Amino acid sequence: MINKIVITSENVDFLNKISELSDQIITRCDQCGVCSGSCPMIADMDITPSQMMRMVQLGRQEVMESKAMWICASCFACTVRCPRGLDLSRVAEALRQVKLRQAIDYIDINNISDDEIERLPQIAMVSAGRKFTG
Amino acid sequence: MRIGVYVCHCGGNISEVVDVKKVAAFAEKQPDVVLVRDHEHMCSEVGQKLVIDDIKEHKLDKVVIAACSPQFQGSTFKATLEKAGLSPYVLEMSNIREQCAWPHFDFPEEATEKAKELTSIAIAKARLDEPLTKKTFPIGKRVLIIGGGIAGIQASLDLGDAGFDVYLVEKNPSIGGKMLQLSRTFPTEDCAACILSPKMADVPANPNIHLFTYSEIEDIKGYLGNFEVTVKKKPTYVDPAKCTCCDDCVDVCPVAVPNELDEGLSTRKAIYLASPIAVPHSYVLDDKACLGIFPLACGKCQEVCDPGAINFDVYPEEIKFTVDTIIVATGYDIFDATQKKVYGFGRYENVITALDMERMIVYASEGNPMRPMGKRIAFIQCVGSRDEQVGNEYCSRICCMYATKLSQLLKRSDPTRDIYVFYTDLRAYGKGFEEYYKRAQGDGVKFIRGRPAELIEDSQTNEITLRVEDTLTRNIIEAEFNLVVLSVGLRPNRGTEKIADFLRLAKSPDGFLQEAHPKFRPVDTLTDGVFVAGTVQGPKDIPDTVAQASAASSRAIRLMNRGEYDVDPVMAFVHTYVCDGCGLCIEQCPTNAISLTSRDENSDKSLYPKVAKINEALCKGCGSCIASCPKYALDLHCYTNEQMLAQIKAALADKKDGEVRILVFADDMACYRLADNVGTAKMSYSLDSRIIRVPSGSRISPKLMLQAFSLGADGILLGESEEKSSPYPNSIATIKSNISKVKDILEKEKINGNRVRFVQFVTVMLSGFVNNINSLSDFVRKLGPIPSEGLKRLDKDIDKRLFGESHDK
Repeated sequence: MINKIVITSENVDFLNKISELSDQIITRCDQCGVCSGSCPMIADMDITPSQMMRMVQLGRQEVMESKAMWICASCFACTVRCPRGLDLSRVAEALRQVKLRQAIDYIDINNISDDEIERLPQIAMVSAGRKFTG
Repeated sequence: MRIGVYVCHCGGNISEVVDVKKVAAFAEKQPDVVLVRDHEHMCSEVGQKLVIDDIKEHKLDKVVIAACSPQFQGSTFKATLEKAGLSPYVLEMSNIREQCAWPHFDFPEEATEKAKELTSIAIAKARLDEPLTKKTFPIGKRVLIIGGGIAGIQASLDLGDAGFDVYLVEKNPSIGGKMLQLSRTFPTEDCAACILSPKMADVPANPNIHLFTYSEIEDIKGYLGNFEVTVKKKPTYVDPAKCTCCDDCVDVCPVAVPNELDEGLSTRKAIYLASPIAVPHSYVLDDKACLGIFPLACGKCQEVCDPGAINFDVYPEEIKFTVDTIIVATGYDIFDATQKKVYGFGRYENVITALDMERMIVYASEGNPMRPMGKRIAFIQCVGSRDEQVGNEYCSRICCMYATKLSQLLKRSDPTRDIYVFYTDLRAYGKGFEEYYKRAQGDGVKFIRGRPAELIEDSQTNEITLRVEDTLTRNIIEAEFNLVVLSVGLRPNRGTEKIADFLRLAKSPDGFLQEAHPKFRPVDTLTDGVFVAGTVQGPKDIPDTVAQASAASSRAIRLMNRGEYDVDPVMAFVHTYVCDGCGLCIEQCPTNAISLTSRDENSDKSLYPKVAKINEALCKGCGSCIASCPKYALDLHCYTNEQMLAQIKAALADKKDGEVRILVFADDMACYRLADNVGTAKMSYSLDSRIIRVPSGSRISPKLMLQAFSLGADGILLGESEEKSSPYPNSIATIKSNISKVKDILEKEKINGNRVRFVQFVTVMLSGFVNNINSLSDFVRKLGPIPSEGLKRLDKDIDKRLFGESHDK
């Protein structure tokens, strides 16, 4: 099945937001794919870094549902090779920021099993708890 | 003095808004005006005849025409004056159509008042106009062409055939340039050497071409019509007249060094023939590679040379000659692929450049392959082009097509080969290019869209693994190749640097030489009489290079053919009685037109022995020297200090209480034309503005600006063309420095420094012009009038503040 994409001005807003947060002129990406070829984590990604850039260019917010931006290890291999001088690590970081700011809570402290409490690092418990204070 | 003033109705264009009769009546009252007329169409035959008759009958010696823009009909009326026997430089035009009737069509009364003022400004300038004539300089028919590649060859042949004296200087032992190394040319696949060699042979056959190979430019001094050139010719140790090209010397020579023609893939001897089709067709002894000439260490070649062509007792020659024009055709170098470390060029034996591949194909097609190529070959595009990591943003334009060419030559010569071209964008923009690309695709060359990230060499087999994203399917490809060809880009030839310094040629941001105007003067440079041809100006293919070489020749012929050339007399001049020979102006001149000379003791008595002198062949008339002179000894014809001041006074004379005046000094190239365009578009702007035309804003010295303020100006705007389209080098920097001086002085007197503004315009920024004028007008209106004490102090000590106390000593 081929997806149809609808592009509206909301898409541009998303592009502008990510551009501003990452301080990168994302529209300059000419989709050469050097980033993807350079990425040491590519095997674990669902979309390639260049695809991530393309989706941001088109303002497709589904990009935030992808795993790639979480897998990016900020090793900067793409950044040092990008012929357009773009810093993809910062773009991935911007995407992570936007996602995190949605403050979606996956953890209910009451429902954590004893076994999980045993295994979870203390700091994870603290940070999960802090979400409710903001 | 007898000034005639003509006010044009322009068939209603002017008279429907501006009260032409009132303007005429106003002009009549001006001193020195002896005749005023108004007419329906001044530019018509009848109108022009009226002027001619009046000049004769009423003995007019100055003419002011209040009509359209001088950009529009200026040349018509100049010709009219010439017909009547007057100098065309005593014409002034008051632009009451584009600057009054059209932009202010809603305000007829105000437009009429402004038209009066513009006319009085024109009269004030006309009063001081000098009856100048066009300057004519003699010029010969000698031209220097630097670089014997295809551009230099084409230009030499064009000029030589046209009967001009051509000096062609090439640093290599043979002419031919990079084209000598190519296999075939795209998209027609002609054999490069086959189409080049007859052209090369034509060069020494042409009696008008003096060919200097193995020679380098040591120095160039001077200017259009008088470039003094010094060439150093290296000794070849072989007399071309005696050499029979028997090759015996090569057989006995014990030294082998990398062969430049084959990009070092093969070796040559210390004595060698530069190419099988070398012109001049003679051997050369490379004294750097030879075992030794001083003292003679080997000498075997001399022993076997039957005709006795080899002579070790020769030395570099210095040759001096003078030429009138110069064509720079120094070409390019290929990008140094070792800079792109991820591709391993220089470390991996199976990674080569496309120029290496050209040579390998030449050898293979002669049945004499240099090395095995294998079955799987990859081309990587954009190596050293479009890549900020190596600092080259530009596209090298030829790589897409040469890779398309090489790939299909390889595929067709052995269809079992697997050939891949990895590209980011494939640019098949030229005639026959797209068809050629299609042919390669049809032949089975595979084009994959993606820029390879890295190459890894197998330490056992030396095969290359290439890693790339196929960006069309978003898959990562990892594939092994026997040979990887880097499609390297072009970069400016190293030798160009020196030439550019000699001739003061500017470079564009990509490092290639900058043309005088990107659209309309594509082979001129801002140095008069110097032209560019071929890849020295930017990457281009052979047809474009040849076209540009012919264009450069034609531009050179345009200057030289008549035996003399005309120049506008708008040039700097020196009031010699004021000049104290301090020399501050010399640095300021962007074309090095000013020098210090000794005074003639008989005719020019002065305390100061030296005096500044303007070289009129070099002066471009920007006027930027004027501000640098503490004595105001420098001036500009047609825009003298007196004339500028007179215009400023006239523009401010009728300022009434509560009114404000903004003086717009509009440069001829952009701002003045822009103001015309704004008028033509009937776009309204502040009536406070008065536009005064200047060649360049750099002509407006800080003193003039300060004087304008003390005479009553409320704001000043300098409108200038952008650096890249300005005909005057360095004008922007001069304006900025002048403005900052003015701002400093104003601020010290508690006058807002933002009353002076500088804007760079292009002629289509219509609303930009309107907004800038209006915002300055609003700004000074809000500020209110300039406090009078500050103004009074401004008037005094201007010179001391600009140049310090010490200059007089």
